[in-house]
Amino acid sequence: MVDATRANPATHNGVLARLAALGPTYGALVALVLLFVGNCLFTTNFNDVNNFKNILVEVTPKMLVAVGMTLVIATGGIDLSVGSVMAVASALVATNLDSGLGVAVLIAMLAATAVGTVNGALISGFRIQPIIVTLGMLIAGRGAAQLMNSGKLIPFTDPTFEYLGKGMVGPLPLVGGVPVQVLVMLAVVALGIFVVRATAFGRYVIAVGGNEAAAHLAGIKVHRTKISVYALSALLAGLAGLIETSRLGASDAAKVGLNIELDAIAAVVVGGTPLTGGRATVVGTFIGALIMQIITTSFNMRGIPFSWGLVLKAAIILIAVYIQRPKVA
Amino acid sequence: MSTTEPLLRMEGITKIFSGHTALAGVDLTLERGEVHALVGENGAGKSTLIKIMTGAYTRDGGQVFLEGRPVEFASPEDAQEAGVVAVYQEVNLLAYRTVAENIFLGREPRRFGLIDWKRMNAAAGEILQRLGLEIDPRATLGSLNIALRQMIAIARGVSFGAKVVVLDEPTSSLTEHEVSILYDVIRRLKAEGAAVVYISHRFDELYAVCDRVTILRDGRLVGTRPLAGLEKLDLVCLMLGKQREELRQGTTAFGRHAGEAEESGRESAADEAPLLRAAGLTRGRKLNGVTVEARRGEIVGMAGLLGSGRTETARVIFGADKAEAGEIYLDGERINPRAPGDAIAAGLAFLSEDRKAEGIIPELSVRENLTLAALPTLSSMGIVSRARQSEIVERYMKRLGIKAASADQKIRELSGGNQQKVLLARWLCKHPKFLILDEPTRGIDIGAKGEIQALVNELAESGLGVLMISSELEELVEGSSRVIVLRDGQRVGELRGAEITQDAIIHAMAEGSATGDGEASADDKATATDSSAAPSADER
Repeated sequence: MVDATRANPATHNGVLARLAALGPTYGALVALVLLFVGNCLFTTNFNDVNNFKNILVEVTPKMLVAVGMTLVIATGGIDLSVGSVMAVASALVATNLDSGLGVAVLIAMLAATAVGTVNGALISGFRIQPIIVTLGMLIAGRGAAQLMNSGKLIPFTDPTFEYLGKGMVGPLPLVGGVPVQVLVMLAVVALGIFVVRATAFGRYVIAVGGNEAAAHLAGIKVHRTKISVYALSALLAGLAGLIETSRLGASDAAKVGLNIELDAIAAVVVGGTPLTGGRATVVGTFIGALIMQIITTSFNMRGIPFSWGLVLKAAIILIAVYIQRPKVA
Repeated sequence: MSTTEPLLRMEGITKIFSGHTALAGVDLTLERGEVHALVGENGAGKSTLIKIMTGAYTRDGGQVFLEGRPVEFASPEDAQEAGVVAVYQEVNLLAYRTVAENIFLGREPRRFGLIDWKRMNAAAGEILQRLGLEIDPRATLGSLNIALRQMIAIARGVSFGAKVVVLDEPTSSLTEHEVSILYDVIRRLKAEGAAVVYISHRFDELYAVCDRVTILRDGRLVGTRPLAGLEKLDLVCLMLGKQREELRQGTTAFGRHAGEAEESGRESAADEAPLLRAAGLTRGRKLNGVTVEARRGEIVGMAGLLGSGRTETARVIFGADKAEAGEIYLDGERINPRAPGDAIAAGLAFLSEDRKAEGIIPELSVRENLTLAALPTLSSMGIVSRARQSEIVERYMKRLGIKAASADQKIRELSGGNQQKVLLARWLCKHPKFLILDEPTRGIDIGAKGEIQALVNELAESGLGVLMISSELEELVEGSSRVIVLRDGQRVGELRGAEITQDAIIHAMAEGSATGDGEASADDKATATDSSAAPSADER
């Protein structure tokens, strides 16, 4: 091998090259389009603005969590604690509403971020495996949230807070009223794309996941980067927890965010961010989460048992991981 | 079985990894009761040969005879059963189980289908006693220090009735006292008629315990010699592939004999304060009071065999590893880098030795790799200015002649030479004051090699200070105005100007003594305590 490039230079020019570089994400996009078009044609009532809104509302908490998860996974880590962080945020906001909405939201978000910071510190500072640290937090967080709620459902009435999960913006032309939480979700996705593409932090995340030793020698603060992604993941999980709580009009610490970490990880993987780290695509995660949601919703609409949806999801995850498998040189 | 037949004989061993020949017809014979050293520089094929001997790799050619019978080991377990055992640097044992369990793992003596603990502990105790080790077989392995764990690994080998024991860098993490325990075990193995293969970079150890030495270079057998009577200098020559008499010169792109060319210039520069001064750097057994000085516009070479402390010196100066003692001055100011970020902020740059493991971010583009260290200066409020990034990337790709389909091509798709240029550009675009290069031209093609050497020369002429670590003597002789030679973590010589010849470097590597630096580092330690409270360089 002397000089020149190893890959065929032709694949690095033009549109084809860009699509090839997107690889798994491109595959996921094709899958999403096929699912969407297929359902529009063959599933009764699917092709309807209100149904689309419903899909977006359903996917919102998963999407928020998945954006944070994308960054965590890009560093080569994983965050299993997101569902429990949602529960903690939910319990704290509901039990503190008496002190005013602003205070309650602040407490909930600070607590969520604190949990993430502790995750990151344990993982980075003490070199404990991410899966163990966040598994511990998954268990402890859920327990703590239920203690805060004394094991009960805590209902509340606060129109301002409920606007977050039930409110509509609009009516806008063509689509009518748009749920507030969907706008929040789209803003977070856009911000996530921006962070990965345009900021120094986004590059540090990928560099740390791609080659930690090299990142360290290039002067990147590896600890700070890792702690930040876990804090961010928890912050977004906290936001998802608030939205879910607001939508329900009550805090159910035993159920909110249950198993959401699995949906989020699936969305990230299907979207083309490998679990080994070193790569991140928030666009892919957005697509991945939509694929999973459309499967759930359409199976529901067609009256196919939910269990079959799970089987199809599993198959899609396996295919995605197969496409991404490391190529042996 | 004839008694004249050696214990183990390997003949014409060949191993090819995806087109690359790692071993080409290597022979090795081990006699009973012999300690046999195996030496060679990076890529010589030592570990490949050992892995073939112990069944971890299958050979592509050649034959192996154990006690005269041809053998084929399909796995390390196979080799172990036959009595050929390797003990690696990182011990592969179970930390939470007892010493006896580890020794007999997989072959526990049984009674009614259950483990016969009494018998197992007794048998383990017996083996430990044979090796002269006072260890309770019922102790948990994790409670023992690393040296004793290594002894347990050897004891496990002995329990198989090991005839051949391979020790790969056994002393790298041991203290002096622990090393003496190891020597004792080796002598007992030898007395029992076993053969020990000893891989180490420490010459003192080779001469202390080994009978014969086999030298490999670039996958080929250089020769097998009795160690008694073999001069260290000759051994180094054999390892590096140099003749003592005829030493080639004039093959690098430094284009001149720096020593001669700068003879006059250096006299005046001698009064000038050094740009970089690192004194008395100490870190465990790897670094023992190393001192490095370099002036503006000077390329200081650093020579030494594998494991002599060259890379460790660079990493400590750059803040990648922590020094236990020593101080570093850059441009007259004390710096105390706790992390590479501090060193970079102070104006240092470090091109690391292992491109793949410590250099490139494989999934990122040439553009992102090139500007990785410069991102703080290329961004405001954390947002990277793509225009400024592109400008730098374009300039350096052109200046260094980086060949890539585009700046957006992933770096892992480039050739080694082009990757190295991107990494060099990563530092040059930071405009450092001082550049540390660790094996800057290893593993890259001739063309790129010449270009990088010429560039380094040009940089030094423009006033940059350079510390260049290299295993290529030509590169050191032709590139450096001074050469510092290290051995076993100590500075054992410094060559200047016309003194810099391959011969002199080899002499210093083999025989130089550490005495010259003694006073200097003692002074440094005295001043170190005064100014140790100096603040570290500001973080950005």
